[in-house]
Amino acid sequence: MTSSLLFNITTFAYLVSMLLFFVFLTSRAKTLGTVAISVAYGGLLAQTIAIGLRWKESYDLGIGHAPLSNLYESVVFFAWTIVLIYLVMDIRYKYRVIGVFVMPFALLGMAWAQLGLDTGIQPLVPALQSNWLLYHVITCFLGYAAFAVACGISIMYLIRANHDDNSQKSGEASLISMFPPTRVLDDLNYRAIMVGFPLLTLGIITGAAWANYAWGTYWSWDPKETWSLIVWFVYAAFLHARFTRGWVGRRAAWLSIIGFAATIFCYLGVNLLLSGLHSYGG
Amino acid sequence: MTIKKRDFLQSLWDFFCSLKLTMFLLISLAVTSIIGTVIPQGTPPPEYVAQISANKLQLYKALGFFDMYHSWWFILLLYLLTVNLVACSIKRLPHILKMITDPATTLSHGLEQSIANVASIKTTDKPEALKEKITSFLKNEFGQPVVNEVDGAWHFFAQKAPWCRLAVYIVHLSVIVIFIGAMIGSLFGYKGYVNITEGETVSKIGLRSGQEHDLGFAVRCEQFTVSLYPNGAPKEFKSILTVLENGAPVPDYTNVRVIVNDPLQYKGITFYQSSYGDAGTHFFTMTDKEGKNPVPVAVSGMGSVVMTDGTSMRVSQATDDVSAFAPGLSGPAAQVEVHSPSGATDSFVVYANHPELNEAYARDHGTKQVIHYKGAQKKMFTGLQVAKDPGVWVVWVGCFLMIIGVYVAFFMSHRRIWVRIQNGTITVAGNTSKNQAAFQPVFQQLVDKLTTQLTKEKTQ
Repeated sequence: MTSSLLFNITTFAYLVSMLLFFVFLTSRAKTLGTVAISVAYGGLLAQTIAIGLRWKESYDLGIGHAPLSNLYESVVFFAWTIVLIYLVMDIRYKYRVIGVFVMPFALLGMAWAQLGLDTGIQPLVPALQSNWLLYHVITCFLGYAAFAVACGISIMYLIRANHDDNSQKSGEASLISMFPPTRVLDDLNYRAIMVGFPLLTLGIITGAAWANYAWGTYWSWDPKETWSLIVWFVYAAFLHARFTRGWVGRRAAWLSIIGFAATIFCYLGVNLLLSGLHSYGG
Repeated sequence: MTIKKRDFLQSLWDFFCSLKLTMFLLISLAVTSIIGTVIPQGTPPPEYVAQISANKLQLYKALGFFDMYHSWWFILLLYLLTVNLVACSIKRLPHILKMITDPATTLSHGLEQSIANVASIKTTDKPEALKEKITSFLKNEFGQPVVNEVDGAWHFFAQKAPWCRLAVYIVHLSVIVIFIGAMIGSLFGYKGYVNITEGETVSKIGLRSGQEHDLGFAVRCEQFTVSLYPNGAPKEFKSILTVLENGAPVPDYTNVRVIVNDPLQYKGITFYQSSYGDAGTHFFTMTDKEGKNPVPVAVSGMGSVVMTDGTSMRVSQATDDVSAFAPGLSGPAAQVEVHSPSGATDSFVVYANHPELNEAYARDHGTKQVIHYKGAQKKMFTGLQVAKDPGVWVVWVGCFLMIIGVYVAFFMSHRRIWVRIQNGTITVAGNTSKNQAAFQPVFQQLVDKLTTQLTKEKTQ
């Protein structure tokens, strides 16, 4: 059993899980929701083993390091954290249907990693040879994943809110009535960001600590750093929006979606489009 | 006039206390920060200047876009954010402190109306008997209650973690602490760089501002090495450094290994492995076409040399053994770049063991001089970042406060329980500062437990 085979199984499991979630939404059969999430659990398990195996394989190659060192490995880890955060939220709040809007993110990540990225295990360049790599990457990606889940929930919020406005006129029921009510979605959105924001804060701080240790400056306005701060500003605005008149509901949902767009730019756009200190990530 | 003035001050105060201002500032900071990630910061490179129009360049310069994170308007936004969060804290803190130090310990009917979780239990017990039971129940199940009697009704009040309401203000404080740390760093610290050739000693470094700074001690580079992975990717950049005071090596700072992610720290100044280069010297001999009248020429690894006829020459790469590149040949070789005074540039390889090839090249290209390589004296230089930042600890304290504050603000809540015994009814009310959904079942459990305890004791 190799890690690459297991990663393919993971991708397939996420695809099946996502499709089952779609069918669950249209059929409203509760069992299908259970099956969909079970497949997601299976995928997460396979992926966890695969990440562990890849870690071991790097040691077998004599260049042992945590599998968090290049774009491929980070995208895989991102998909892993998204599913993990979703499953934790499902255990805690039991709104299974948000999987419909979360699993596609995980599948997209895995599919892109497996089909479009270089899967080779490379040795660690000197800049990444530090224990800070582990703390920094894990905190950042768990934060990103929570924001991905929040983004999925926010999209559901906007769809549901529009539906509620329209159906008051027409009175028709549809599969959107499977969505939790807007009040619940708003609360779940907040809860996901409540997990993501401290993790992002921790990710920025561990990054600053590492930068200070390796380069002598905890902050140098490098594009990656700046974009992480932009993301932090957006979610700080989201958190304050809850206490500001005129900013609750739709606007908060939009802030969450914009926040995730900024997160994705911080993660991928900076590496692919701008130049800076984090170039090895791409 | 004075009323007008007071109105103005009041509205200014309200302006700085408003959350709408917070939203505006956070979003403005997020949006404007993008500029500096798209437009190059520092002195704009010539390629970039060539790309944009003169008017645009002028405009960007005027708006401070080439150093935007230090431009007056960006700093102003940061100052406004600081004033905003200080004002908000000043406005709300007294109320919060009162809630913590002087809580409402009696459950009035007005308070009852405003609380989400309320339950009542009918009882026939005497209030005096109930008082003991409820006090010990609250003490065991929730927290030490405050008990008092008002107008014939008994009131109990207990709370958990009231101080966690301060967490938000700790986060606000942490932002200010980080700003203070950053200011200390920019006022009393510096960032610089230094290149040290193997075997050389330096005591002065170049600062980013362009000035030179005297360290007050000296640093010698004993050795610099690069090691590679089998696939040719760099594995380790390593400098061996020695710190010298008055020319004498400092015992614990002799032959210190400095690699990326493992700097050298001495007297609050830190040296980071940052770059490296070739500082060796390459030796050549110039002869005429017949190989006569040799003239020695030395070219440093970083520079070039100008010869008597006006041509200049630099070494682009060199090797000790050319056989790996050119089978059949042997010995040292160098690729040189020759610029003639007429402006023509020529790049070719010269050899140490094959003078006939050097002569053939000169003959084919019609040059008067023949260049022979004689080998190199190998030497590297290490490039070090040098930094001193006395404010960094203040920044870490701020970061620590922020993490603690954010954690408590999100994951802990101030929970309060009131109990009132009046006219044969026990009224229980519960309130939480956040996460109502999680508190509801906790409250229900508490009420159920109290009910069973009271009825169970009665049947016994």
